[in-house]
Amino acid sequence: MTKKKTLSPGLIVVYVILIIWALTTVYPIIWVIQNAFKAKNKILENSFALPTGDLFTMANFRKAFETTDIFGAYKSSLFISTMVALLVVLLAGMGAYALARYKFPGSSLINSLVIGAMMFPAFATVIAVFQMEFRWGLANTGSWLRNMMSVILPQVAGNMAFAMVVLTGYIKGLPIELEEAAYMEGCNAFQIYFKVIMPLTKPSFATVAIFSFLWSYNDLFTQSFFLRRPDMYSITMMLNNISAKEGTDYGLMAAVVALIIVPVIIVYCCLQKYIIKGMIAGAVKG
Amino acid sequence: MGANIYRNKKPALVFLLPAFLFMVVFLYYPFFKNILNSFMHLKQLGASATEFNTPWYTNYEEMLHDPNVWTSVKNTIIMMLVTLIGQVGIAIILALMVDNISRGKQFFRTVFFFPIVISATALGLMFNLIFLRDKGMVNQILEILGKQNLTDWKAEGIALVTMMAPVMWQYVGFYFVILVTGLNNISEELYEAARIDGATALQRVRYISVPLLHNVICTCSVLAVTGALKVFDLPWVMFPKGMPLKSTFLTGTYMYYQTMETKNVDYGAALAVLIVVLGVILAKVVNAIFREKDY
Repeated sequence: MTKKKTLSPGLIVVYVILIIWALTTVYPIIWVIQNAFKAKNKILENSFALPTGDLFTMANFRKAFETTDIFGAYKSSLFISTMVALLVVLLAGMGAYALARYKFPGSSLINSLVIGAMMFPAFATVIAVFQMEFRWGLANTGSWLRNMMSVILPQVAGNMAFAMVVLTGYIKGLPIELEEAAYMEGCNAFQIYFKVIMPLTKPSFATVAIFSFLWSYNDLFTQSFFLRRPDMYSITMMLNNISAKEGTDYGLMAAVVALIIVPVIIVYCCLQKYIIKGMIAGAVKG
Repeated sequence: MGANIYRNKKPALVFLLPAFLFMVVFLYYPFFKNILNSFMHLKQLGASATEFNTPWYTNYEEMLHDPNVWTSVKNTIIMMLVTLIGQVGIAIILALMVDNISRGKQFFRTVFFFPIVISATALGLMFNLIFLRDKGMVNQILEILGKQNLTDWKAEGIALVTMMAPVMWQYVGFYFVILVTGLNNISEELYEAARIDGATALQRVRYISVPLLHNVICTCSVLAVTGALKVFDLPWVMFPKGMPLKSTFLTGTYMYYQTMETKNVDYGAALAVLIVVLGVILAKVVNAIFREKDY
């Protein structure tokens, strides 16, 4: 039955409320971006005006590139998050395959250990992890790569359990006949995993990878323990640092926020279907 | 037949080992080590503990007398109620509304969700500008509406509101998407039948949507409450070191403050234990309140 909807008063109220909430999520971003193009003393006069004519300036962005190593921060953040996503997908995928298909003594114990591992908050492990990595010579060293590793390893562990739970569920739902066929053709378990399971699990891998990547990219807590040298700052560390140092230069603040937010918005617009799915799946993570 | 492939168990060990090692080395071991640390004396972050505190429960005794601990626990519980009522409540209203419109569903979904994708650190800086005393966005709007004096949004008393509003705002879209998905799973025939029986739109919401959404709402509530314990980035960026006057500490930010700012590392470890205990208790309470029902 298709009913032609007329715009009733009730429906108008509904739309007005929805649009108001949409404005609260969209307008603050626009406001920050437009103010990033104004001189810092002009922002305070009228922050709602568009940056046209005399108001327009690129000074804030010039200063942002001078005072912060924004490319260095992007490099660190992208490296960390990409490695985290890759390692989580690779290792959790293998583990999930074993959990989904093999029955062995103690497998239910391992299952509960995995579910238990989801519950650890980062607060409860970070000090001891730092101690351990400091002893290994990973944390707080002059080497860029080793410092990056000191963040990547705990972040991989933090996402591992959630990823295994999601992937195990997915692999259990795959038809076992394909694996049987591959087995008949003479594939061993590893060939079955890489040639049959992995291609079939791609959608679930994408979900897990996106969540791990974004979680790691946006994390401030773990990174602030391990990345304390300014030349190794990730994006969140750089933001936190600049707000502590130059928090009163509002033009600069707006420019830095714009430089960080805009790329994320563009990526979100392109991949939003997958990103929403990934973030929702990640809700089970502790 | 299926059993044949997986009769040889050796590959399972190889598959499981790396993931399992990660969890044992970086989660289980540090977790128990942290409990031990909380009884020991740690000179600095990274130093190994050499001796026990005298008496060994010093840190936990100190916690009882530390007013900041009580402030942070109180604030965390307020934060939980705010996220529960604010996030899930607003999300329910928005989801029910979007479910009843025909145009723009996808648009609202995209727009409502996207604050979650942006790092809380960047949002914290943004809200610092929005709540600026001297002509931040909020004060300018209030001025246009005819308010005479400027409000200092970071002053004592109102600081908690300024801190919690953005946290609440950021995650509304998350629960909104979960709830909309739940609503989509409700069979259209039920609404059809109700319409034929003469139910108004509001009655359909009250007697079909809300009851059938019960389990989804429970899931959202549990997630919101447990999520509130993990909040760190946004409050720390907006109100570093619990300013003003250490009144805005949450359990997470206070643990960080003790560990990183005052270098009282073993006390930080003890606070982390407190966070875990608090989390376990609250999870039990919430699960008891929001038990899922079978229909």
